[in-house]
Amino acid sequence: MLIALKIKAAALGVAVSVPLLATALTPGSPPRPDETVALAAASFGYRAAGDFSRGGQPIVSPLLVVRASGLVIMKNQVTAGEYAQCIRDGACPKLALPVGRQDVPMVGVSWHDATAYATWISRKTGRSYRLPTDEEWTFAAAERAHDEALPLVDPADPARAWLARYETEAARGSAVIAAPQPTGTFGVNSKGLADVAGNVWEWTNSCFQRLSLDGSEERITSVNCGVRVVEGAHRTYMTDFIRDPRSGGCAVGAPPSNLGFRLVIAPSNSVVTDAIRAVAGRWRHGA
Amino acid sequence: MLTRRTALKGVAIAAVMSWAPITLADELKLPREHVDLVAPPFVHRHEQATKAGPKIIEFRLTVHEKQVVIDDAGTKMWAMTYNGSMPGPMMVVHEGDYIELTLVNPETNTMPHNIDLHAATGGLGGGALTHVNPGEQTVLRFKATRPGVFIYHCAPEGMIPWHVVSGMHGAVMVLPRDGLKDGDGKPLHYDKVFYIGENDFYIPKDENGKYKSYDSIGESYSDTMDVMRKLIPTHVVFEGKVGALTGKNALTANVGETVLIVHSEANRDTRPHIIGGHGDYVWETGKFNNPPERDLETWFVRGGSAAAALYTFREPGIYAYVNHNLIEAVELGATAHIKVDGKWNDDLMKSISPPGPIPPAKLGAVTSGGATIAR
Repeated sequence: MLIALKIKAAALGVAVSVPLLATALTPGSPPRPDETVALAAASFGYRAAGDFSRGGQPIVSPLLVVRASGLVIMKNQVTAGEYAQCIRDGACPKLALPVGRQDVPMVGVSWHDATAYATWISRKTGRSYRLPTDEEWTFAAAERAHDEALPLVDPADPARAWLARYETEAARGSAVIAAPQPTGTFGVNSKGLADVAGNVWEWTNSCFQRLSLDGSEERITSVNCGVRVVEGAHRTYMTDFIRDPRSGGCAVGAPPSNLGFRLVIAPSNSVVTDAIRAVAGRWRHGA
Repeated sequence: MLTRRTALKGVAIAAVMSWAPITLADELKLPREHVDLVAPPFVHRHEQATKAGPKIIEFRLTVHEKQVVIDDAGTKMWAMTYNGSMPGPMMVVHEGDYIELTLVNPETNTMPHNIDLHAATGGLGGGALTHVNPGEQTVLRFKATRPGVFIYHCAPEGMIPWHVVSGMHGAVMVLPRDGLKDGDGKPLHYDKVFYIGENDFYIPKDENGKYKSYDSIGESYSDTMDVMRKLIPTHVVFEGKVGALTGKNALTANVGETVLIVHSEANRDTRPHIIGGHGDYVWETGKFNNPPERDLETWFVRGGSAAAALYTFREPGIYAYVNHNLIEAVELGATAHIKVDGKWNDDLMKSISPPGPIPPAKLGAVTSGGATIAR
């Protein structure tokens, strides 16, 4: 029900945004690296990604207040028309392209496919494009980023945390429309980004991590860069070569309807991570 | 390893952390035994019946992702394995024992793995509690409450079938404490165990119909999924490879020896048959609280289960142990051979007249169209 309302609300936005986009993004039009949004420095709340534990028991991941020093990010998700040019140049894998309108987000892409596109467009434009980190995506997604902290549960009983997660996932429902919609269909957020948390989830560069919190020490106990953080209507973690997310088996609720991406133009380091580093000031390597 | 001191001064932690006392890892006061696992078709040493009380039996499974050759033509597949073998090793315990399993996912792997043990109760068979990323390990303890042979397999969310048909399955045998029995309560014994794990493989082909190979396991994923979704395997094999149990790899036994053949298939139905033999006692569904069926010719192993068949060899020679869908046995690979030594028993079988020319017709008889007509 909630989802249906959201789509309905988004549909109202279509009338305004589509005519503009239709002229901007005709099929086969050149990539528009200029169509980016520059976000001013700001502080924002960020629910840390990954699995956190204390004393070996899973806990709620911390809600951090972090400061980003500014970010330049694509207004739209990369479209099929744009991705097709990378395929034509032989720099991206020959993925299936939609029949008909090309001004729809390119979906069915893995993290590797998205990264190939970033490499290609960086070379093409001379600017440094890459996938956003999860912190950067959350910053740009603003009010559309979902903070899905799980309720605190009895850590001695693994079933309680598990049931709670199941309830949360089951409550998500599935998107009413599964097929990728023309760019702009899901409206623009407060930062000027289109289609954030619509029916296309976006790859980030952030690796899956496990962290343990003991006292004020936060220790990364493992990092798995074969699994990346994927963002959209909910946050999830995906193996990097997945193009078509599936649920089923022991998983419940809807997996991401589609996997796509948008890129940031940025220095090689995450602006947000830098900000954390600047604020925290006490990062250490080793031990 | 990166240590980050979460500076509470600057980075506010708004969430309230739960704090629980660390529970003691081992509150069970039972004797422990560590067992080194053995690659199939063989099984680690074990007692068939035991007078000892319950124990905690420790096993260790290490996941290996590796490229393997699965047929004589050199077809390559990216396998995911427990301890490097397909199937994974069989773990044998007795009813009431605790299995304490260490699951290791080495840093050299690329994917998360876990384990769902059909012998275990709760927690998705352990799948919910054993998700390990490369570079991690986990220890799961569960109580073996039901006697029987049970499969285990990898079950990562969203990728279960792919991991299973890439080789991640094995078996647990939970023996009754007083051993196996026939339907009348008479004890049954075996001299050896063969553990046969059947795999169905789905190898993609290129536009010329040749099997494709891939530089990494990730690259093989989407093409393999396309073949899997058509449900027609390209290979159906025992022990991970066409010919893994034939020729110089054939199994051996002697006349008079009793063999327990455990057969598992984690994904697809199969129907073992011993060509020239039988199942003397067969637990077709694999669970020892049910009386075994007797004298079977072929038994049905439901996909996602294991069966156990006890057979005493009575004649020497070569026995073929097949999946009696003969297309799968002969064309796709599901054949094993058992070489049996011993003395031939004429009472059971005797060649009265060896194959030779058809003898001439009797005097006065006329043959017509292959039929002999007496005049």
